[in-house]
Amino acid sequence: MMVTVTQQPMKPEVWRSLALSDAEFSKIVELLGREPTIVELGMFGSMWSEHCGYKHSRPLFPLLPTEADYVVQGPGENAGAIDIGGGLAAVFKVESHNHPSAVEPHQGAATGVGGIVRDIFTMGARPVAILDSLRFGPLDVERNRYLFTNVVAGVGDYGNSLGIPNVGGEVFFDPSFSGNPLVNAMCVGIVPIDELMRARASGTGNVVMIVGAETGRDGLHGATFASVEDPHASHRGVVQVGNPFLEKLLLEACLELLQGDDVVAMQDLGAAGLTSSAVECAARGTAGIEIDVSLVPRREPCLAPFEVMLSESQERMLLVVLPEGVDRVTEVVSRWGLKSARIGTVTETGHVVIREGDVIVCDVPARYFTDECPTYVRPAEEDPTVVAARSRDFGDLPDIDPELVAEVTLGLLGSANIGSRRSVYERYDSTIMTNTVVGPGRGDAAVLRIKGQERGLVVSLDCNSRYCWLDPYAGAQLAVAEALRNVSCAGGRPLAITNCLNFRSPEKPAGSFQLSRAVAGMADACRALGVVVVSGNVSLYNESGNEAIFPTPTIGCVGVIDDVTRHAGLVWSAGDVVLLIGDGPPTLGGSEYLAHAHGETIGAPPMLDLAAEGRVQSAVRGLIASGLVRTAHDVSLGGLAIALAEMAITSAIGIRLDPVDVSSRRDTYWFGERSGSIIIACEPERLSDVTAQLELDSIPWARLGVASGDAIAFSPMDSLDLSAARSRWESALLFDRQSGG
Amino acid sequence: MNRGVAIVSFPGSNGDRDAVDAFAESIGVATRLVDYREESLDGFEAVVLPGGFSYGDYLRTGAIARFAPVMTAVQQFALTGGPVLGICNGFQILTEAHLLPGAILPNRDLRFHSEWVHIRVETGETAWSSAAADGEVLTMPVAHGMGNYFADPEILATLEHENRVVFRYCDADGHLTEQANINGSMHAIAGICNQKRNVVGLMPHPERAADPLLGSPDGLRILNAVTSFVGRLV
Repeated sequence: MMVTVTQQPMKPEVWRSLALSDAEFSKIVELLGREPTIVELGMFGSMWSEHCGYKHSRPLFPLLPTEADYVVQGPGENAGAIDIGGGLAAVFKVESHNHPSAVEPHQGAATGVGGIVRDIFTMGARPVAILDSLRFGPLDVERNRYLFTNVVAGVGDYGNSLGIPNVGGEVFFDPSFSGNPLVNAMCVGIVPIDELMRARASGTGNVVMIVGAETGRDGLHGATFASVEDPHASHRGVVQVGNPFLEKLLLEACLELLQGDDVVAMQDLGAAGLTSSAVECAARGTAGIEIDVSLVPRREPCLAPFEVMLSESQERMLLVVLPEGVDRVTEVVSRWGLKSARIGTVTETGHVVIREGDVIVCDVPARYFTDECPTYVRPAEEDPTVVAARSRDFGDLPDIDPELVAEVTLGLLGSANIGSRRSVYERYDSTIMTNTVVGPGRGDAAVLRIKGQERGLVVSLDCNSRYCWLDPYAGAQLAVAEALRNVSCAGGRPLAITNCLNFRSPEKPAGSFQLSRAVAGMADACRALGVVVVSGNVSLYNESGNEAIFPTPTIGCVGVIDDVTRHAGLVWSAGDVVLLIGDGPPTLGGSEYLAHAHGETIGAPPMLDLAAEGRVQSAVRGLIASGLVRTAHDVSLGGLAIALAEMAITSAIGIRLDPVDVSSRRDTYWFGERSGSIIIACEPERLSDVTAQLELDSIPWARLGVASGDAIAFSPMDSLDLSAARSRWESALLFDRQSGG
Repeated sequence: MNRGVAIVSFPGSNGDRDAVDAFAESIGVATRLVDYREESLDGFEAVVLPGGFSYGDYLRTGAIARFAPVMTAVQQFALTGGPVLGICNGFQILTEAHLLPGAILPNRDLRFHSEWVHIRVETGETAWSSAAADGEVLTMPVAHGMGNYFADPEILATLEHENRVVFRYCDADGHLTEQANINGSMHAIAGICNQKRNVVGLMPHPERAADPLLGSPDGLRILNAVTSFVGRLV
């Protein structure tokens, strides 16, 4: 076999247009001992992109803890998996679709959901929940309203049609996301552990099949495009178009196929399409793979091999099938109304061989695409602007008047970052599959039952980008702490996380600094709090012009609740005693209050004592599991006053706060943000049991007040009417849709 | 042969398993998923068209599903008085198939709505509301982008005159308010029946409100009617 190489030497603009550096091109020539074909070069360009090859982030990964006795599948597969008891595994991952969403928000977001859902059912798991984490520029800019409205519509359209509940997530607004919105989607699936599927080509002579949609020109170079700055400069045609109906059929067909023994491996076609699925399948299995692109079903004529290999047409799946099973697989797939085709075989060469009929257009050892992908550790240096912002003293800002706490609270409730997310989550079906015990807006994390079992799953998705900008190490630690705290506040025991590293260009020292410090912070927080990382995704180059995003390592956390009927949410009952447990000190540093009231992102983020954080989370889980407490909410964005207001509004019952002697600043006490602090409520007759338990666990606590009435009464002279609070909070994200573009 | 409840799966149906779970687990009657290509419903005692996005909701909700082979059998089953329940997309299919009058348009605000709503039982005299009381307020989820019931004035007058509006959107106290009518349906209609009162369609999801743990057991006030024509499994 001989590769047909083009006669003329390749020109630098060709490899540069595929986002390969001159040095990388030389390395390819050196590895191959010849110039690559254009197909090979395109495949290297995609596989060695940040999106597929993690060339800037991979050197940091060894820092992250990935091993625990309950880990069934760690990083490196389509998704991670953990043992959740009862013979079941939870399979989950979060992934970004930032660049496509910046260009075509509806389809970008929709196909982001489609991609992450495929990652989950590729593992043989039935997807049971979607969460999404979104970031945009301020809503007073028309383009941002357009992006926000259409991203939410896209996330909704795809998940709703698939029939997978969207149960949680977050939305955050800051000018740094104006040109660079973030769209991260997480999916969680459940599978009996012994039915977990992995994507490893094996068994020489096994048949490689492609199933699902036909291949077109959509999404060419998507992986490369996601790894360069300024998506607007790129072509809109690279954004894929989603067809959730087709994906629903593909999902059911694949899950049915995995019930039999005919399919030995499955790999979805995501970023870099057939290239990455063939390469990854071969590289993980240490086998070779040979594909004839002329056998790939197409939706348009005259596709070159290069295009077939790099198309990112959605809703496609690669299967490795036993030869005697091909007819059965074809029958099942066709019963679901889908197309399938034999396109190749598994070989023992270790090579990825691509041919078009008799012409070989690629013959490269699979590991060249993966193991030989260069990695870079770039010079890192903190941006002096950030150092200056972090050290800014806010002591000279005027404190709020003693009787204006209610008024400031009302103002903050109208902030886009604090207001009700109802206008978002009501676009998403959250009740389908009939497992949603605590859905969006009702608790700090979503609680899902598992049919036929006493236990349940608890899931959250979080990050505070402001903290991460001010201090990436501390910010990433706080992101881990909060994702876990949210799971704990619902009653779940956090077991593992998945992360989505959204950062600016790592080729600039400031970007490299943020990335390396954030990963270090995440690793340290995971170790201290006893969770592992089982999957993740990296999205770099989120900057355009002079604007770079706030670094955003989004953390998705999955936990288990032993008795799903014993969970907690935001709602308290009239007469409940309300306590604050944990004593993370409040600070205005990096707070929503400073950004909202003073237009400043300054100061150091809240201090995090990881040991204290672990203790308070464990305590709240204990109180919920014992049945003493059914109401818990952590103090986060907006501080104590906002956390209380959110609970009061959601419960439709106010609170009469005890007189409090604020020794330091009032704004810091009420609106300062803190770690390791949780508000709980319990019936008065259970108070002594609750406080006894807290003292036994050495958890500091303080009584805040009693749930009652129809106002948040900070003091007899300073009270916020609940209906006014509700209407401000509920309208924070509403705007005239006609002007939304 | 008593085969129990037929739950029809169209390509893109996604509420079919939820319906099976509610009938089988919460009520305890026999159920079977019936493929859209099947041509007979012989032996079944009730038929449910579940929620979802049959055929991706492409063209128009329910417009393609009504031509699926199984629909001839559904027509026949309904014509002979068999109880048929259409939930959400199932309701849309029933109107497209002319088993129920009127049409279902995009929601008034053109947005998808996923929320818990209240509906008032307007008549217990249908195959699927016989277990509920007139005027009873039930709480259950909706999840649809097209649930805005529309009919011309004559049809509406007939529906009202013949007491065929089965459910209306209301507030927690049973009052009809503009705000409670989440999708802008005419006469706040959430569900209707045919003239023989054996075919009922509704937009809310009773099968998602079959367990207090999930927020409300009120859906069982509707689904329990099945026990009057299907025997419970021992």
